Amino acid sequence: MDMLSFNINGKLLTVGKGKTILEAALENSIYIPNLCHHPDLVPSGNCRMCIVEIEGRRGQIISCTTPVEEGMVVRTDSQEISHVRQTTLELIHANHTQDCTNCSSNSACELQKVTAYVGVNEERLGRLRRTRQHYNIDDSNPFFSLDHNKCIMCGICIRTCDEVQGVNALDYGFRGFNTVVSTFGDKPIKESVCESCGECVVRCPVGALTFKETRQPTFEVKTVCAYCGVGCNIYLGVRGNKIVSSRGDRDSIVNKGRLCVKGRFGYEFVNHEDRLKVPLIKKNGTFVESTWEEAFSIIVEKFSAVESKQFAAFTSAKMTNEDNYVIQKFTRAVMGTNNIDHCARLCHAPTVSGLVQSLGSGAMTNSIDEFTNAKTIFSIGSNTTAAHPIIGLHIKEAKRKGAKIIVANPKEIDLCRFADVFMQQYPGTDVVLLMGMMKVIIDEHLQDEEFIKTRTEGYDEFLDSLTDFDLDTTEKITGVPKGKIIEAARLYATNTPSSLVYAMGITQHSHGTDNVLAVSNLALLTGSVGKESSGINPLRGQNNVQGACDMGGLPDVYPGYQKVTKPWAKEKFEEHWGVKLDPEEGLTHTEIFDEIEKGNIKALYQVGENPILSEADSNHVKRALANLDFFVVQDIFMTETAKYADIVLPAASFAEKDGTFTNTERRVQRVRKAVIPEGETKDDWWIASEIARRMGAKGFDYESPNDIMDEINRVVPIYGGITFERIEDEGLQWPCPTTNHPGTKFLHGEKFTRPNGLGKLFPLTYKASIELPDSEYPLLLTTDRSLYHYHTSTMTRKVKGLEILDGEEFLKVNPEDAQQMEISDGEYVTVRSRRGDVRVKIKITRIVPKGIASLTFHFHETPTNELTICAIDPVAKIPETKVCSIRVEKMET
Amino acid sequence: MYQIDNLVKDLVKQHGRAREALMPILQGVVAQHNYLTDEAMVEVAKELDLSAAEVYGTASFYTFLDTEPRGKYVIRVCKTITCAMKGKNEIIEVLQEMLRINVGETTLNDKFTILETNCIGWCHKAPAILINDTPYTDLTREKLVKIIKEYMHQ
Repeated sequence: MDMLSFNINGKLLTVGKGKTILEAALENSIYIPNLCHHPDLVPSGNCRMCIVEIEGRRGQIISCTTPVEEGMVVRTDSQEISHVRQTTLELIHANHTQDCTNCSSNSACELQKVTAYVGVNEERLGRLRRTRQHYNIDDSNPFFSLDHNKCIMCGICIRTCDEVQGVNALDYGFRGFNTVVSTFGDKPIKESVCESCGECVVRCPVGALTFKETRQPTFEVKTVCAYCGVGCNIYLGVRGNKIVSSRGDRDSIVNKGRLCVKGRFGYEFVNHEDRLKVPLIKKNGTFVESTWEEAFSIIVEKFSAVESKQFAAFTSAKMTNEDNYVIQKFTRAVMGTNNIDHCARLCHAPTVSGLVQSLGSGAMTNSIDEFTNAKTIFSIGSNTTAAHPIIGLHIKEAKRKGAKIIVANPKEIDLCRFADVFMQQYPGTDVVLLMGMMKVIIDEHLQDEEFIKTRTEGYDEFLDSLTDFDLDTTEKITGVPKGKIIEAARLYATNTPSSLVYAMGITQHSHGTDNVLAVSNLALLTGSVGKESSGINPLRGQNNVQGACDMGGLPDVYPGYQKVTKPWAKEKFEEHWGVKLDPEEGLTHTEIFDEIEKGNIKALYQVGENPILSEADSNHVKRALANLDFFVVQDIFMTETAKYADIVLPAASFAEKDGTFTNTERRVQRVRKAVIPEGETKDDWWIASEIARRMGAKGFDYESPNDIMDEINRVVPIYGGITFERIEDEGLQWPCPTTNHPGTKFLHGEKFTRPNGLGKLFPLTYKASIELPDSEYPLLLTTDRSLYHYHTSTMTRKVKGLEILDGEEFLKVNPEDAQQMEISDGEYVTVRSRRGDVRVKIKITRIVPKGIASLTFHFHETPTNELTICAIDPVAKIPETKVCSIRVEKMET
Repeated sequence: MYQIDNLVKDLVKQHGRAREALMPILQGVVAQHNYLTDEAMVEVAKELDLSAAEVYGTASFYTFLDTEPRGKYVIRVCKTITCAMKGKNEIIEVLQEMLRINVGETTLNDKFTILETNCIGWCHKAPAILINDTPYTDLTREKLVKIIKEYMHQ
């Protein structure tokens, strides 16, 4: 970096080129009073506090907007400066509540700090006319309040909402004499587009925006957020044995201090009164509180009595890697079966099955941090800002840096505001859309011939299959105008590096694997994979779904994706674990329920899952669960599914244990214990180990998660070098085979991880979704997510504020459909499919196109998955939760 | 709502999408629809790629860009000193009697709104009012009654 020297208050400083005078001064411990400056934001120069004098220039210069120049001579104080600052400051005070002792920002207030430095003339201040009327405090938001009377108009909140968050909920309103920070229409914050991330509250220099939680933590613990797969690093603040705050870690490469509403405010569930605290045993149809001793003795007896093939286990993407490792080891080594699976089956199973076929590895190829340097970001089937909010911020940041954004989604999602091209394809037609784009690329010779020749195979077969996807057909099937397909194809192929992002919109189909292959075809064809800021990025849902897969929570692989059907892998694990292992692949999530219903599986050990709400066609799940001989659930709350259990074991939550989570970019990060576990709850790994030991198994004498990680290091090559000591400050990205390996930022750099090192292009055909609308069920139902809830909401609905912000389900329908069905906004209706019906309120919105309706599955009062269809992808066995047909019936009044 | 869509699109065609097109577009919407609805402002924001809060921030500054429901004819009575001395109060009395609403209110048939305004530059012909964009000056009780009656019949 170029360096510049300049003189400030007689001191010679050398700073990097491009720094402003204020930045240079503050970095070197020279204080210049300031109110509207924030290191994350573009300087706005509106508070007029940071004025300085520069030799050879007239008057006072605003130092926060003036870059340092070579040889500059700067004075930060003089009588003149002091006079101007004091007058300006007095005018700010004239409009400010003089109520410091009652203010929660007292002593953490920039205005106090500046006043102490600059000083005010009490006499003059007393004569100043108070100009501003009193405003009522806006405390509509459950997490923070806005007191206009304390606002100093620095604009930091407005700029944060724009530059950091890209939401733009705030701006100056009623400009001039009456200026206030206002939402659109001057409505209460809760009714605005505000996403309650709290970023503005964190940055407010005074007491205008303050958190409602006023308890101060006595200590903080660095850990990882337990919601989505982004894996934001957070500091949990603890007071007593309660979590009272959560803040982003500014040094983290993942989130750079930023958090979404769930990460910042969603911790209340940890200390919630409904937490399971002791083991429960069902006696005569009701649960009775019991002891670990009694629960273990029953479990040991029952588990010992079932045959291997009659047992299945569901592990959890919410638990640590160590927990997952032990539970799959228990299933394989003690119960002798590979019947283990988890919710990844319902989200990214096609990613694993598809990308393993085409690239060799089913994970995000790039790092989250690389998005900001991409030139084109293509988001397909991902409501990024709602489901992965912090990755959404990285994409918005890329856009600000000049990147082009392409969005393909059946719904007009929030990210569309930032899109250069928005393609609204009909649900389930992604293969056609992507192949259509590839046809354009081939026809216009935009493919990367060199990359295709040296790094891929299967090109000719793929080319043959492309002939069916001419523009007319593509437009007809997908409903996307030709022009947009061409524009998107050209952008993606030429404006490189291009990064592709996808999620459930691609995978949750009966042809999910084909969708994933279409995605990888596009990337391989254009050479947009295996490079920095360029690749295929499936966004993983749960906080540790990547880790649960890595740890072998799947029926076909041991930890580290070592195939159970490969003799070398089986022998390796038999040697390490000291037992004979099952040579056959186990059953998948969806198959396990089928087998339970048929009576072939008799005992189920389910950890941290809630399939009654999350599995497609949930009535089928209920029937199956009722058919079990013995059902053990291990969870932190009494879920809808746990009610069917014979024994419910209370588990410790993420804030009560040590271990590691692996985020969506393959980064293994340290989870730390912040509070003492509630009641008699125990770590999941401890519970499974205890059952194993009591069943007489060897190799479960772990004393801490560290012991388990040691074993993982030995048996999982991709985790070989990831130790607790190495990830103390910052996580490592697998593959990381040895303790001196730096981890892998992006995959497939030199060769693909397929056996022959080549990426494979696949010929594809269009397969329609299984159940499409007809005259009886005329609407297409698709599923989506809310920013405020997570999955089946077992955790988020225990957080009062999130419940206030989003407390019930709505069926989103297009105005034209609503008119035709004669239903109005807010009306209750019955939604019926061939499998079930739910009662729900209507929301009329143009977010969904005509003919399509959408629901989330966050609310147990509206079990959306009673409607969805369990048509599964033949390869990945994922159910088609994104497409089924419904009809809407008016309620009898 | 669909009408607003089309109106905004037409105005965008006329004035372009640059930041400085915001004012004429908002004025254009008010000229057609008397005031700015939330939908109209959101639509303008979308077309110009601005935030809705920014559009509102602009609209809320200008008295003539109303963001609250207004009648077809917005009567603005000048309240500044010259008009005040020359009988502004009587003007307001007449209007309130004839339209049976107070200042700041709109008639039930959405036809008239009475507002007060700062100086409109007709001091030499005070008292003065504006009905939408048309000034009426040198007003007397009789003259005003006649004007309002004409509007009532329109």
